[in-house]
Amino acid sequence: MTINWGALGVVAAVSLVVGMLVVVLVSLALVGLSARETHPPGEPAHEAPVITRTGSGLSPAAGTVMAAVCLFGAATIVVYGLYLLAF
Amino acid sequence: MEISVIIVVVIVTALAFDFTNGFHDTANAVATSIATGALKPRTAVLIAGVLNLVGAFLSVQVAKTISSGLVDDAKITPTVIFAGLVAAIVWNLLTWLVGLPSSSSHALIGGLIGATWVAAGADAIKFAGLVGKVLLPAVLAPIIAGLIALIATHLAYRITARGAQRTVTKGFKLGQIVSASMVALAHGTNDAQKTMGIITLTLITAGALPADAGPPFWVILSSGLAIALGTYAGGWRIIQTLGMRVSAIETPQGFAAGTSTATVILTSSHLGFPLSTTQVATGSIFGAAAARGAGTVRWGIGGQVAFAWLLTLPAAAAFGAVAAAMAATGPVGTIIVALVLVGVAGGIYGASRRHPVTADNVNDLPARSPQVDLAA
Repeated sequence: MTINWGALGVVAAVSLVVGMLVVVLVSLALVGLSARETHPPGEPAHEAPVITRTGSGLSPAAGTVMAAVCLFGAATIVVYGLYLLAF
Repeated sequence: MEISVIIVVVIVTALAFDFTNGFHDTANAVATSIATGALKPRTAVLIAGVLNLVGAFLSVQVAKTISSGLVDDAKITPTVIFAGLVAAIVWNLLTWLVGLPSSSSHALIGGLIGATWVAAGADAIKFAGLVGKVLLPAVLAPIIAGLIALIATHLAYRITARGAQRTVTKGFKLGQIVSASMVALAHGTNDAQKTMGIITLTLITAGALPADAGPPFWVILSSGLAIALGTYAGGWRIIQTLGMRVSAIETPQGFAAGTSTATVILTSSHLGFPLSTTQVATGSIFGAAAARGAGTVRWGIGGQVAFAWLLTLPAAAAFGAVAAAMAATGPVGTIIVALVLVGVAGGIYGASRRHPVTADNVNDLPARSPQVDLAA
């Protein structure tokens, strides 16, 4: 009986790396997008204090850039995975 | 080669199994999305159904494993395959009735092995292929998926702790929709192929295809359509179990669980392992749930699910053996098996109507679950 441990190991390793990478990238993107939220939900913008940096320490512009880069990275991984599967 | 009546019967039964596989496994993709409100129930099953169909066209690696890796196709007949399918359908319906996410793949493989053993002897079963390509991945896959989901959920909570709650929740809900779509795609890629493999195996045993043939286009299309329709029908009882009864799932958990499930299944499909999508998805949900603390998980449900997993292969094998013994007596025996299947299916459907779970009440958490009470 031959068990293809190598292929099983590849499944485990690739799944672990890719799965965690996607979650981390999306999470970072959400932290970046949070920097764009400058007043508490439900509170009118003109009544809220002007906030230039959020709990993440990012400015809205830096947060937006970080979110775009991270989401692009996550999307690239997903599309590449689909490409490998289909072709 | 002329296609005989029994071949047609086997193909129809295989597609019926595929339909049950679809509604039995809808929960794998959409349970957490429905539970967190990321998707409305009907929208969720529609998306899952369409993507199951698309997924059926992406790969045929698993189909080849099923059609050539488990039993000696020179020693079995279409009647044996029919008996195996009947066993798998009965087991799928029974576990659906009690709301337990057991493996359709193991039901199929178990039914096929039991029927083959009775009809052609143990020599006709490729035990090496069974252990190496089915049993071992089946044990490891949910553990790996659960660990990935556990770590990923922990990271998701930790990273987004300093983010704005509204943005984080909304973002993870969108992420859940994407990950649920990927799981549905992965399910079509993985599970539709099992039916393709069975139909291909039938055509090979009948001499309609050469021994090493892959599935013809019409087999891929019909299998994809059957599983898509089954998925759209929505296995609400199992969706309720996975989405509401395991734990109170939050959006980061749902996203991490979906991502873990999709990556494990898509990777294994690419390498030709016929993994149980159900076991992977269930492992992911338990892993993601445990990331918020073991106390948030209803481990009693986990015990019932694990018991069903242990029972699936031998129970389906026993059903398959009985069906094969009956079908081996001749055409009358085969007709009796078919009638028993129809009767059992009708009875199970009737029993499910006493405590219906639908798109309208799937997110209600009853004080006592009729489906789990039946399982206990």
